[in-house]
Amino acid sequence: MPDMDRDYRIIGFLCNWCSYGGADAAGVARFNQPTELRIIRVPCSGRVDPMFVAKALLSGADGVLVSGCHPRDCHYTEGNLYARRRLELLRRFLPIIGVDEGRFEYVWVSASEGSRWRDMVTKFTEKIHQLGPMPRMAETARTLCALEGMLGVSSAQPDMWRPGEPGHDALLSMDEYKEVMDGE
Amino acid sequence: MASESSASALSANEPSVNDSAANESSTNASADRMETLRAKIAAELPNVDFVLAYGRGFDPLHATPVTVRGEKDLDRLIFDPTCVQNLATSLYGLRGKRLGVVVKGCDSRSIVQLLQERLWERENLVIFGLPCEGVLDLAKLRATLDIASARAASFTGSPRDGLLRLTFNDDGGHDGERTREIETKGLLADKCLRCQHPNPLVFDHMIGPETLPQGAQDDYADLAALEKLSTQERFDFWKRQMGRCIRCYACRNACPLCVCKHVCLADSREPHWLSAEATLQEKWLFQVMHALHLAGRCTECGECQRSCPMGIPILLLKRMMNRELKELFNYQAGVSLEAIPPLHTFLMEEDRIKDRGLLW
Repeated sequence: MPDMDRDYRIIGFLCNWCSYGGADAAGVARFNQPTELRIIRVPCSGRVDPMFVAKALLSGADGVLVSGCHPRDCHYTEGNLYARRRLELLRRFLPIIGVDEGRFEYVWVSASEGSRWRDMVTKFTEKIHQLGPMPRMAETARTLCALEGMLGVSSAQPDMWRPGEPGHDALLSMDEYKEVMDGE
Repeated sequence: MASESSASALSANEPSVNDSAANESSTNASADRMETLRAKIAAELPNVDFVLAYGRGFDPLHATPVTVRGEKDLDRLIFDPTCVQNLATSLYGLRGKRLGVVVKGCDSRSIVQLLQERLWERENLVIFGLPCEGVLDLAKLRATLDIASARAASFTGSPRDGLLRLTFNDDGGHDGERTREIETKGLLADKCLRCQHPNPLVFDHMIGPETLPQGAQDDYADLAALEKLSTQERFDFWKRQMGRCIRCYACRNACPLCVCKHVCLADSREPHWLSAEATLQEKWLFQVMHALHLAGRCTECGECQRSCPMGIPILLLKRMMNRELKELFNYQAGVSLEAIPPLHTFLMEEDRIKDRGLLW
């Protein structure tokens, strides 16, 4: 259920030469746009370290959008082509660490494409609204207690490891953990 | 001294008196191999500062890295399934020297990667390659046995189908037993069960006969369980695993390719990527950073996971990343000196990346 009332935090990394200009063009043309995207201007989409995105998402951003010049149009000739490989790998890596892949997107928008920029922002913001807030790695006292209790049966503590007994496999069963987490 | 007696019981050139005649041929083969290794190292000693090799550690089931500087150190050399360490980890900190190093097949991939990234000069490295049929995962042994009471250990046959014979302390022993024989097959490290490169890929001296890989292909079967989880469940899985992390950075320090440890972003205040807070978020961000910085470089030697005192399955993360790399760029790190790392290059038209420009 899309939650249209809540404000989300969306970070946009825009290249100086195309997408930032495109966003500016959208503003000059007075298009209506969602206001939740915070723009960070970077020299080139090749400047975007995948860690920027990972850090943003794990620190509380609900979505991250990277936008650069179209391939073959890069101000620095090839920055966005390196970025494309890096960002595509990151896009595939995020589900591995348990972040919905819809929370990150990279697109190409040129300086003249103001209306295209408006569409991108609107669609991406809608998508984030549908996904809801980013789950947090928050630690509460309760979680910590649960984690501590589980220490005893990890494979790192083999003295307390009794194979065959419930819960005593190398990776603990998800159900036990959920029971604790659902209580929060 | 206990360690000395166990070392002599284990060193392959002095078969222990308990060894039955049936085991003699395999013992002789490994004794021959040790003799060859000693001879080769002795011959190279004048050309290098020292040789990094394996010696007996504090108990018969642990090996430790030793530096061979002269003839007298040659007696300390061992090579058996307890030699789990990746000696390539020490290399980067020793650059500028001229070294010899003893490597297994998996370790040689780390060296290939170091050479490919020009972090070492090939001409300053003498590589003694040892084909390897597997090393022990002591955690597997520890699960059923109090390994601290083992006084001596000896291996017979290939680690893939051979036996580990443990002799326990005279007092008490293990459930009154004095010795126990265990099949080594069930004790091998997980990485050995899917090993594709048992023979060193880069070497100056190959010691011993080459051996065959374990399986035809690594099918990433170990990732299936995690694959089945939903994104949220996977998030919870990692959250629970990382809750144990004590931020000791053993994973980083054991990694042969974490070559910027001395200026690591995890310790840096400027830029301040990670704070010193012991929160899950910081711990997890470090692992994510480690995985991202090893993208296209990690050779899955498994040292990060082996060194983790809290048993966090870090290698799982690296393997999942590597599978994506394989799919996306058909690339495997550390197998070719000439290969161009996938993130250091690009194609104008990427055949496996959907055009994101026409997305919406």
